[in-house]
Amino acid sequence: MKEVVVLSGKGGTGKTSIVGSFAALAKSKVLVDCDVDAADLHLLLQPVIREKNEFWSGQVAEINEDKCTQCGLCQELCRFKAIVDFRVDLVSCEGCGFCAHICPAGAITMRENLAGQWFISDTRYGDMVHARLGIAQENSGKLVALVRQKARELAEKQGAEHIISDGPPGIGCPVISSLSGASLALLVTEPTLSGIHDLERVSDVCHHFGVPAMVCINKYDINEINADKIESYCLNQGIETVARIPFDNAVTEAMVQGVPVVEYTQNGVSHKIEALWEKIEQSLKK
Amino acid sequence: MIISVASGKGGTGKTLVATSLALSLKDRCRVQLLDCDVEEPNVHIFLRPAITGSEAVCIPIPRMDEAKCTFCGKCAEICAYHAIAVFPRNVLIFPHLCHGCGACSYLCPETAISEEGKEIGVVESGHADGVDFVQGRLNVGEAMPTPVIRKVKDLVNYEGISIIDVSPGTSCPVVESIKGSDFCLLVTEPTPFGLNDLILAVETVKKLEVPCGVVVNRAGVGNEKVEEYCLKENLPVLLTIPLDKEIARLYSRGVTLAEGMPQWRGNFTELYNRIQELVDERSRCLKR
Repeated sequence: MKEVVVLSGKGGTGKTSIVGSFAALAKSKVLVDCDVDAADLHLLLQPVIREKNEFWSGQVAEINEDKCTQCGLCQELCRFKAIVDFRVDLVSCEGCGFCAHICPAGAITMRENLAGQWFISDTRYGDMVHARLGIAQENSGKLVALVRQKARELAEKQGAEHIISDGPPGIGCPVISSLSGASLALLVTEPTLSGIHDLERVSDVCHHFGVPAMVCINKYDINEINADKIESYCLNQGIETVARIPFDNAVTEAMVQGVPVVEYTQNGVSHKIEALWEKIEQSLKK
Repeated sequence: MIISVASGKGGTGKTLVATSLALSLKDRCRVQLLDCDVEEPNVHIFLRPAITGSEAVCIPIPRMDEAKCTFCGKCAEICAYHAIAVFPRNVLIFPHLCHGCGACSYLCPETAISEEGKEIGVVESGHADGVDFVQGRLNVGEAMPTPVIRKVKDLVNYEGISIIDVSPGTSCPVVESIKGSDFCLLVTEPTPFGLNDLILAVETVKKLEVPCGVVVNRAGVGNEKVEEYCLKENLPVLLTIPLDKEIARLYSRGVTLAEGMPQWRGNFTELYNRIQELVDERSRCLKR
């Protein structure tokens, strides 16, 4: 079983539209949405939730006002500035528990934190594992690790060939969590200076964690000079550029209809994405 | 006045709006632009600033003096992040799990734990074309952007207008960046993805009790649902930028709207005036 994760560094380059199409093209797979704090894949795949679970993670401090003597030690020692006027700012609290350990009045306790939910769903294309991190919650990396683990278990049970994973933007904790141990990272970029800058950082992250990467230049015709620059950068880095996909409003039209673009139209974009999936499949066989 | 520019969904035009807003206001008062998207900072591409200052961002991680350590295990027991493991004759520290809370060194009964800085990123400052510039960059391979964001925000200049470019999403880095703003601009696009993530972003700013307004970018691309949602939720749409190939081409070359299409400057000053009105109105309401 091989796992391909789609990343980009910069947001809005087309990761989810491409993963949605892979869902329709790949034969034997489990789908997973690792963008747990702004998930969109469900808008293309229309999952029907089969199993709903709570994600409890970390703790938050709670001050018992009756016991608190307002000595101020917790406020002085908290490095996250999470205690203000003898109240816990739940958004800033990182759950370290330092305050609970040092409170001379024993007024602070730590309570478990409900950080989100995760789901196993049926889609027309097979099983999908996805999640919803609570608003302003931490530990997105742990939730990503959890959905990936559930996807692996499902894939093993079903004997699925692939896990196809829609990754988050950026290079931080949820990205590292989506990437570690994956078979291949497909990096979707766009021919803008921001796209190039962010591609370089995310491809460094792939290199850092030893995951082989391939690049797809989406909307390449917005700036063909930049598209060529990306290809030459990739060549120098020993990364294969596996697709150049043109800008086409059909991608947005398909999104409005709530279907993968390869099912919406049979034009150039769809052919390019089909060829891209074939290349990925072949490279995963190696 | 601190204005943060956020979105939920990536690639909707946060940086485009933040940079053009800054450049359109710089002749009016002192303007500072802070790039808090420390995982993928892009403002510098558009402003091309001269960097005059640079400071490493370090988080304090524990260092064990094994001569003093009695391997009692207290530090491992209190560490909420499992960043310390104590064995009968040695101690292992996992720096990438450590949040730098300082509990272990404070509570060690033998005072065997000191702290040393581990570099996780850098904060750079400088100037570009009359705008004060600050950005944070998380080092590749590091997982925790929030300490870098905090350092960027330590440099907020409270005298003029400070504009904060935020990363996409709704989790801790976004919260850390928006927190304390007087106003949050939410940039979206009129597509199902744009709407879904806008709704999440609105929930986030509401939780932070920061007033917000919407910028619709690439208007004409998808459907009417974003506008319907804004109307229903009473969210002011403060600026609409059309889907325009010329704007996309300028953006691809790292050119802001304020420079590439100077006729837009008026729209951005007007955007600021409306933000000012909304902020004033809110502070009047709060005083009552």
